[in-house]
Amino acid sequence: MKVAIATIGRRAAACLVLLLALVLPPASAEQRIDPAADQRAFQAYFRQAFPSVALNDFANGPYAVDKDMRKQWEEIMQFPPYDFALEDGKKLFETPFKNGKTYADCFPQKGIGIRQNYPYFDRQTGEVVTLDLAINRCREQNGETPLPYQVGDMAAIDAYMASTSRGKPFAIALPADPRAFAAYEKGKKFFYERRGQLNFSCASCHVQAAGKRLRGDILAPALGILASFPIYRSDWGSMGTVDRRFISCNDQVRSVAFKPEDELYRDLEYFLSYMSNGVAIAGPGTRP
Amino acid sequence: MKPEKIMVRLALVLLVGATALAGAASAQAATQSEFEAAYRAATEAEQKASALRNQWTPTEAALEAAAKAAAAKDYGTAMDLARRAEALAEASVEQAKEQDKLWQNAVLK
Ligand code: HEC
Repeated sequence: MKVAIATIGRRAAACLVLLLALVLPPASAEQRIDPAADQRAFQAYFRQAFPSVALNDFANGPYAVDKDMRKQWEEIMQFPPYDFALEDGKKLFETPFKNGKTYADCFPQKGIGIRQNYPYFDRQTGEVVTLDLAINRCREQNGETPLPYQVGDMAAIDAYMASTSRGKPFAIALPADPRAFAAYEKGKKFFYERRGQLNFSCASCHVQAAGKRLRGDILAPALGILASFPIYRSDWGSMGTVDRRFISCNDQVRSVAFKPEDELYRDLEYFLSYMSNGVAIAGPGTRP
Repeated sequence: MKPEKIMVRLALVLLVGATALAGAASAQAATQSEFEAAYRAATEAEQKASALRNQWTPTEAALEAAAKAAAAKDYGTAMDLARRAEALAEASVEQAKEQDKLWQNAVLK
């Protein structure tokens, strides 16, 4: 029996490889999709650019790479400005829906300590599911209206769920499914392609110019860039989700932003989170 | 010259040309129908950018301002803005097409 299963397993693997070969663009050496190699190169780049920054410290974005800002931050963190959202989020998370169920019923481990696994690739629907999308799907399955994505209750619930996952390293899975690889590759392209009238890519600012100053801001390195989400930004005067940040970064380069949870944004989040595997969740975070 | 470089040059030439044309046309105060044709062309170009998922905010702003000027029957201004929107939309389409390959060069390896 064991042998039979092993054979089936091997056959399935062989079929999959064949399928991948058919679906993926013809492999010139550069074009082959190798996420594990991408991840090594990505992390090595930032470790080399910031040799004194510990891996988990990349979660702290600008504060990880700028000493003066770090001091300000340590003062702010005596009374973290996200505390209200965190309390709200816990209450919202625990309050039953009209049908008596709660968010806990929708998630593995009742939603506690799972932030590091999002986004994941859903093999049933063939798409990337972010934590925020899963939160709204949970609401809809239970007869509730979806929440707006960028601020407010969504950010508060995110804050609570992230807080229960602090210290757990990003562990984004890339299943051996050509659709997952395609989503990953779309996110990767979005990260590296230039957009907007100003002709910048995400990488122009968060790779090439990481740690440098842009107007009043120190640009966060792309490694671990989502590990502290959601964030309270003094600049915003409120909490914001990943969607809020993506939209404002698109807007800055005069590119028309997409709707929250657009497929491209989800693929981008998938790529960026996978690049950060190993960096511990530190959310919610606070930023200048 | 690499094809990408040629395309960039071509886009620039087109942009400059369109701007010059826009100036000349507005000098003789465009008519409503001239504006409408320019606006249609701009909208079509912007739809191409949308299909490539690469619209620029200044294009949208120019289209909106053009419609506003036309509503106020200022067809000269409206025409300028529509031409500007079209040039911007074309440039964003060009950017998307170029980046479709060029992004690979930026990947950390
Ligand atoms: C013109 C430069 C620029 C570009 C291009 C840009 N950003 Fe940003 N980004 C910023 C600035 C400025 C901030 C705020 C300071 C900081 O935290 O880096 C920021 C912040 C962020 C943050 C939050 C970092 C943190 O620690 O709080 C994320 C995530 C982010 N950007 C993602 C992206 C993505 C994804 C793209 C591409 C779609 C992108 N950015 C493109 C300038 C840019």
